[in-house]
Amino acid sequence: MTEWRRPRHLREALELLGESPDRYRIVAGGTDVMVERHLHPENAPAGWLDISGLSELRGIARLETGELRVGAMTPLSAVREDAAVRESWPLLAASAAVTGAPAIQNRATLGGNICNASPAADNPPVLLAYGAEIEIASAGGVRRIPYSAFHAGYRRTVLGQGEMVTGLWLKPVPRGSRQYFRKVGTRAAQAITKVGLAAVVPFGPDGTVRGARFGFSSVAETPCLARTTAAALEGRSPLAVPSGEIGALLEQDIAPISDLRSTGAYRRQVAARLVREALQAGHFQ
Amino acid sequence: MRSGERDFSRNPLRLDGMDKILGRTPYLDDLHLRDPDLLFAATVRTTLPGGVLEGIDFGGGTDWSDMTVVTARDIPGTNAVRLLENDQPVLVEREFRHAGEAAVLLAHPDRRRLRKALLQVRLAERPAGVPVFTIEAALQGQAETIPGNTYTEYRLEKSGPRQETGHPDTVIAVEVETPSQEQLYIEPQGMVARLAPDGVVRVEGSMQCPYYVLDALVQCLGLPASRIQVVQTATGGGFGGKEDFPSVIACHAALLALRAGGRPVRLVLDRAEDLRVTPKRHPSRSRVRLAATPEGRLQSVAFDFDLDGGAYRTLSPVVLSRGVIHAPGPYRCPDVRVTGRAVFTSHPPFGAFRGFGAPQSIFAMEVAMDRLASRLEMDPAEFRRKNLLCPGDTGPTGDIAGEDTHARKALDVALERSGYARRRTEHEAWNRAGGPTRRGIGLATFCHGAGFTGNGETHLASRVTLAATAEGKVELLVSNTEIGQGAATTLVQVAAEALGIPMDLVVFGPVDTARVPNSGPTVASRTCMVVGKLLEKAARRFLEQLPPAGGKGNAPGRPDFQEACRKLHALGGAGEVTETYAAPPGPAWDEKTFQGRAYASYAWAAYVAEVEVDLVTFETRILHFTAVQEIGHAVNPQIALGQIEGGIVQGIGWALLENVVWNGSGVMANDRLATYIIPTSADIDGIDVILLEEGQGAGPRGAKGIGELPMDGPAPAIANAVRHALGVDVDRLPLTPEYLHARLAEQQEVHSWLSK
Amino acid sequence: MAVEMTINGLPCRSTADPACRLLDVLREEFGLPGTKEGCGEGECGACAVLVDGQLANSCLVPVGQLEGAAVTTIEGIPANSPVAQAFLACGATQCGICTPGMVMATVALLQDNPRCTREDVRRGLSGNLCRCTGYARIYEAVLQAAGDLPHD
Ligand SMILES: Cc1cc2nc3c(=O)[nH]c(=O)nc-3n(C[C@@H](O)[C@@H](O)[C@H](O)COP(=O)(O)OP(=O)(O)OC[C@H]3O[C@@H](n4cnc5c(N)ncnc54)[C@H](O)[C@@H]3O)c2cc1C
Ligand code: FES
Ligand code: FES
Repeated sequence: MTEWRRPRHLREALELLGESPDRYRIVAGGTDVMVERHLHPENAPAGWLDISGLSELRGIARLETGELRVGAMTPLSAVREDAAVRESWPLLAASAAVTGAPAIQNRATLGGNICNASPAADNPPVLLAYGAEIEIASAGGVRRIPYSAFHAGYRRTVLGQGEMVTGLWLKPVPRGSRQYFRKVGTRAAQAITKVGLAAVVPFGPDGTVRGARFGFSSVAETPCLARTTAAALEGRSPLAVPSGEIGALLEQDIAPISDLRSTGAYRRQVAARLVREALQAGHFQ
Repeated sequence: MRSGERDFSRNPLRLDGMDKILGRTPYLDDLHLRDPDLLFAATVRTTLPGGVLEGIDFGGGTDWSDMTVVTARDIPGTNAVRLLENDQPVLVEREFRHAGEAAVLLAHPDRRRLRKALLQVRLAERPAGVPVFTIEAALQGQAETIPGNTYTEYRLEKSGPRQETGHPDTVIAVEVETPSQEQLYIEPQGMVARLAPDGVVRVEGSMQCPYYVLDALVQCLGLPASRIQVVQTATGGGFGGKEDFPSVIACHAALLALRAGGRPVRLVLDRAEDLRVTPKRHPSRSRVRLAATPEGRLQSVAFDFDLDGGAYRTLSPVVLSRGVIHAPGPYRCPDVRVTGRAVFTSHPPFGAFRGFGAPQSIFAMEVAMDRLASRLEMDPAEFRRKNLLCPGDTGPTGDIAGEDTHARKALDVALERSGYARRRTEHEAWNRAGGPTRRGIGLATFCHGAGFTGNGETHLASRVTLAATAEGKVELLVSNTEIGQGAATTLVQVAAEALGIPMDLVVFGPVDTARVPNSGPTVASRTCMVVGKLLEKAARRFLEQLPPAGGKGNAPGRPDFQEACRKLHALGGAGEVTETYAAPPGPAWDEKTFQGRAYASYAWAAYVAEVEVDLVTFETRILHFTAVQEIGHAVNPQIALGQIEGGIVQGIGWALLENVVWNGSGVMANDRLATYIIPTSADIDGIDVILLEEGQGAGPRGAKGIGELPMDGPAPAIANAVRHALGVDVDRLPLTPEYLHARLAEQQEVHSWLSK
Repeated sequence: MAVEMTINGLPCRSTADPACRLLDVLREEFGLPGTKEGCGEGECGACAVLVDGQLANSCLVPVGQLEGAAVTTIEGIPANSPVAQAFLACGATQCGICTPGMVMATVALLQDNPRCTREDVRRGLSGNLCRCTGYARIYEAVLQAAGDLPHD
């Protein structure tokens, strides 16, 4: 029988992790962990740290500052349904609503979705586009870093030994920003993303682009921001940018590959078209 | 009759419905859950795409003393899977032809120990020859595993007087390929075998054809049929996938059980293994050359049809023959030449999947028909209408189309129902407006022959039995299986109607070879039509046999009937009625020339697909789907609709989503439900299904087989709609966004090159 | 470690390995085989049950997480429930292997959204694969059940 720990308080969980960081594998909603366990039972860890009992990690709260905190253990169905999210961060509601199907969303957590660190995950592009911050805790304390610095490489994150993700922070979006999310999956639902884009495009008083962010999935080894593209668009009118230019800019931001689900050529081409669509019209599924 | 406005008086509820809905129906995996004697089993498989097995290393890390191990040497009978030819070993002895062939079988009561042992066994495989993975490579004959790398070659040739117009014919040539397709029954394949105390080897499991399994066991175990019992358990989908492969698993499980002293052995494939090693739809390549007069009369069809059979012959010849016969479509044409070949490749063998070769050739023909219509500058519907077979015409196999040829009617109803002409104009206007999507409408007209091809039914000589029970009911004994298609309801319905009694007085007997006669396999859309008809006949004789209490001829009252049945039951075997198939009158089938009557009945259909292609992502969405078919008689319209809707959605999957990707060893690489993509409810909206019933088929009350039919039409209708939407010719399936993207880019390159 | 929960309203105590799948616990420890396994990786929904009223794929739920939870399986759905009756009347089952999961997904959907539209049904059932029916009869059944449910 494997060791199963289900602490009730964050402190207890962090102490367990701190004492023997290599021993435990964190399990949140289990929707990734259990698939892996089914496919590769021989890789089971010595012990499981079940964080589903930690109330500190659950729930969504809007602070007086206007910021939103989403606990890492919040299931995607709660994210999808939350009134504040739907009103002010609609892209996150949209991405949560297309992560797997309802049965997945009921168990899968936002924290798990980003810690699993799949480049195809659906919520990371939105968090990148919103410029989210990630709250990381260990027995030694809590730190908050930009989410855009969280992914360190293919399926790797900057989480250190004894650390876990406890929450995500979102700042209010500038008024009048164009918001866009589109998932291009292998089918209409319960689909793994082939290319996904979340974009927030704020405008200056003159109607030019100011501080746009384009978060992508499935076009690089991590979820990624198209920084070069965003920089080149700065101060320009969104409709003045020809498609060809977008494609050329994106070359520096993304490195799509061919795999079982799609081709590099398709991903490259569609990524550019999604940016163009985002610039032309806000839209979320 | 269409979905939506249905007449429920003809739709008794499915007899197996409530148990399935409430999860009370036991499938193989639900049995023996707590049997302390049970051994779990696993299979060690080859990894190279062909070669020689030089040794087996069992590894030292495991205690082998209590592990049951079977290799080829332990086979008491013949080491070959019984089917058309004995070319496929039950277990690899030395030579093997593909990756994934079973070499060693293991069984143990502890699943964890079993898994560990499985990982320990190493096969010493030496590669031999160059594997071939495509039809092209096989026919180039780089490495010949069998002569010419060709299992079978068939020719269908018909020539007659051409219409002389004084003008040259318009000719087009088309080459298309279709990929494999996985049946993806939601219940994976599995068997439990044991040796009963009376010395009978009892094998139960998920299957379509109990007597195929029985025959395979007889050959492999070297035991007489009397010492083998095969029982079908509730089967969670088959679609052809559980036609031949259950024989392999049954042999494996039985060998282990015998080796383990008779203990029950459970061999259930996990999903990934099921996807990798079980047979799927044959990949195909078609080269079609069509000629028509300038007015649009088909003058000739020249068709090369090649199927990738995989590494063993299995069912390929029969799949090929159906593909060849269906290739020229339901059209009148004086000059028809079809050459079909099933070739060897180093993939695991391909097998039966709904449609059985016909969807592949029909796809090519229907795509070609649209291209020819364009060349002729005719509307595809009008072009088809001109050429569809009518009663009295000579069909491609030289047979005269009978009075039940309703191809035109199906087309006319489909055109009207779908508003074809209006929608076509609307879509063209939409496309001219230049928005972010393109729309198109496409058509396929086709027929599907039901029952075994040619003389198959005569060779089979199916038998059905009706027996009276002690409870005063009639038991229906057939080897046909309920696999979801509703046979356990429709056959009871047919028998009850013929007996003139309520359905609750008829019992669908257990599908157990110890009880039921061989009424043939559950394949080829034959169960309701052929076996149903036999039951109808048997019922007539049963009524004659009933002792006086039942009265003769006039419908007896319920108590009388039950009383009479009880009396009959008391007579034992003497009171049973068995009916054997006899070929109906009609032209014979010539297997050499492919001329004559190929099928007892054809169902006729016209499908219309409307699609929208997103120009940002190249994703194709079905806007609307209309499916009209003339099926003779729907024994149970609700079940018939369900069959057709289900088949259409499988066809939509094949057209747009489903793609078997091969790894370097020729084995399915996308071996998970996360990577082999079938339609979900979000992908499928309404499908308008219309059943036309003219009552002239070979089955009960004129029913025709319908199981496979709906698989034939969606892919070509969708491909033609996509062509209408985008103006690009498509030459393969599935029409994934990646493919359409590449195809549009190519086409644009060609256009810009041409315009230079 | 033992996990105490209720299954279909009855208190149950599982002594299985806490990392064990709820699916196996239901089928093997508690003898409830109505919950089916189609893929073992969350894709097919044949193993769907309700955990505290919410739809979950039992192949993805480690039993260790279920202390105090209320689990409802297909065995907890009565034959006379509107959903079961509608599935029967509409011919929404064929081979039946997906059906228990489909019924559970329907129960969950109607609980959250008793006035669901066809669009809601298509989205709500999108995690439950059916290879036999092409879904049409299932949509009809769910909408019929929705009509038969008492609205408040
Ligand atoms: C059928 C199916 C369909 C899916 N479809 C989609 C989809 O469309 N889009 C998509 O993006 N994803 C999809 N997923 C994956 C998605 O369910 C997961 O990524 C989910 O969000 C992970 O959350 P969880 O709580 O279940 O994580 P778990 O499985 O519990 O954990 C995932 C990983 O993160 C670690 N972890 C979890 N929480 C923390 C934490 N707070 N701190 C540190 N480490 C942590 C775990 O140790 C583990 O390595 C699908 C999964 C399945 C099974
Ligand atoms: S078995 Fe759980 S989702 Fe398929
Ligand atoms: S009824 Fe067979 S999978 Fe749904």
